[in-house]
Amino acid sequence: MINTLTDKKTSNYYYYLLAGLFLFSISILDVVLYSFFKINLTNFLPDILGLFLPLIIGFVGLHLIRIEYSGIKSIDLINKNINTNNFNAFLTLLIIFAIVKATPPSLSWMIFDANISGESKEACTGTGACWTYVKVWFRRFMYGMYPNDLHWRINTAFILVIGLGFFGFFLKDNLKKYLALYYVIIYPIIAFLVIYYLISGGSFGLVWVETGAWGGLSLTFIVSFFCLIFCFPLGMILALGRRSNLPMIRYISVGYIEFWRGVPLITVLFMSSVMFPMFLPEDFFMDKLVRVIIAITLFEGAYCAEAIRGGLQSLPRGQYDAAKSLGMGYWKMHIFVILPQALKLVIPGICNTFLALVKDTPLIFVVGLAEIAGMLALAKTNPKWLGFAMEGYIFAAIIFWIICYAMSKYSYNLENKYKTER
Amino acid sequence: MSEPIIKIENVNKWFGDFQVLRDINLDVGAKQKIVVCGPSGSGKSTLIRCINRLEEHQKGTIIVDGTELSENTKNIEQVRAEVGMVFQQFNLFPHLSILDNCTLAPIWVKKMPKKEAEELAMKQLTQVQISDQANKFPGQLSGGQQQRCAIARALCMQPKIMLFDEPTSALDPEMIKEVLDAMVNLAKGGMTMIVVTHEMGFAKEVADEVIFMDEGMIIEKAETKEFFANPKSDRTKLFLSQIL
Repeated sequence: MINTLTDKKTSNYYYYLLAGLFLFSISILDVVLYSFFKINLTNFLPDILGLFLPLIIGFVGLHLIRIEYSGIKSIDLINKNINTNNFNAFLTLLIIFAIVKATPPSLSWMIFDANISGESKEACTGTGACWTYVKVWFRRFMYGMYPNDLHWRINTAFILVIGLGFFGFFLKDNLKKYLALYYVIIYPIIAFLVIYYLISGGSFGLVWVETGAWGGLSLTFIVSFFCLIFCFPLGMILALGRRSNLPMIRYISVGYIEFWRGVPLITVLFMSSVMFPMFLPEDFFMDKLVRVIIAITLFEGAYCAEAIRGGLQSLPRGQYDAAKSLGMGYWKMHIFVILPQALKLVIPGICNTFLALVKDTPLIFVVGLAEIAGMLALAKTNPKWLGFAMEGYIFAAIIFWIICYAMSKYSYNLENKYKTER
Repeated sequence: MSEPIIKIENVNKWFGDFQVLRDINLDVGAKQKIVVCGPSGSGKSTLIRCINRLEEHQKGTIIVDGTELSENTKNIEQVRAEVGMVFQQFNLFPHLSILDNCTLAPIWVKKMPKKEAEELAMKQLTQVQISDQANKFPGQLSGGQQQRCAIARALCMQPKIMLFDEPTSALDPEMIKEVLDAMVNLAKGGMTMIVVTHEMGFAKEVADEVIFMDEGMIIEKAETKEFFANPKSDRTKLFLSQIL
């Protein structure tokens, strides 16, 4: 039956396309109506047939529109990507139906049946999510245990640091050559001072707040920011060291990289807080947060180094030859010829490492620092708010996703901006 | 011949167990033009790469303009600043414009003021007739244009000696002529040149001496006319009969 119907060579394919699209739409419509509005178009049929009918109709529909070339863009696209053969068509339909079926319950849980009003657990009466929980704990998720009336200090510090980050764009052209110097050395120092004096306080009439009280998303930002800024130059030095002609430097670099890549981050963090102070003199004090930042920087530096080494190795040998033949020494050759090209090539790899770094920051929970995921873990064990872990984790997932997506978008931009033809 | 500007004495070089250069002796006088030819794998590229120490020789001495090439990095950089080199694969810096390619080394190695370096670069680019491409990037140029830019880039360092490592081998036949013309002009300007090439027409027109190498040895070294008219060794005769 179907074979004669689909003998497309001898008949006008246009009608088959129309019929196929019609059947396909009917099948989707049926599923959509049923899952969103509980309207069953096929309730006159026996149950078992009603269940599989959309699948069968959609399958026949897709079979009908499957022709080599129709000239209609969207249909060609469907045929090429999701309708290449019967099996693919079947999978396509299953996936579409699964998505349609899953949408209404998740939407109603997250939005329609959810609660956001009120100040306590009792306000959450609906069957959906209890966003009241996130609302009440919002300040904690953002600022941790930092005193409420001092939150302006964190906000100001962040605005200052971000503002200074954009400072480079407004430099005059004749100062542009100092840009790298600014971002690699001056900016981290200024940012550190701003964060130290504003958030930590203790001078200029500001109350001192110990780092144990810092937390939430602001701590995520602080840890990621400093680790990102420091691990990149470290990785660059290690990558160059690993390719050095001097055996001593090469072995040290290889040893360093292999050591840090071989140990799990969680043990490194644990060591930094438990073992490290034991080796220090009695009166020497280093803040827990600083130790954690150093530990993550050393750890991720090794990964950065390997990413950058990939870029260095992919440059043709002729580039080195040409730079040398012009009388450039090691540093001039690398600064002007090799690194500008290699770093462009490793933007995706570096971005990968940086994303992993941001998502590794929740691990600092093991040393008692509670950034956003850590605050969640604390909040869900609060006796007044038991049973809302789900909402909290979804909230944190969304926030992490936004941060990471922004970072990867930015890396695509950089890639396009610095693309050169070979 | 005046005091040689390049003195190569008993130079030997090995890649692992494989000996690429065997007892090379060669003196090059100032303003001399020498063409090195020979079958592939005969060590001719390695020889000229040894002259600015892109390759190290293991035995013997190489003295370039009074400076002996040794482990001393300062010496090497000094020699490299005086010896320009043009490669088979052009090796322009793809992330810099043509003008920046030419000014990079003068500014940072010779500490030339930027203005002066740019003027010099434009002069050299005009010499090789690509001054109109100065603001393009290497990837936007044809092979012949890239190679001429590479010549200009080397000349911007105002070298005393120019080395050419098969400068036309990676080019389309149509573009070979424009590069060779630039090299002929350079030769007429009185530059000391050592050219590894298979372009025998160029050798006949420009070279003072032709060297034939095989298996890491200099088989024959003769004045150009002599070399083409009556080559002495059988190996050279065979090579010439195949290439001409």
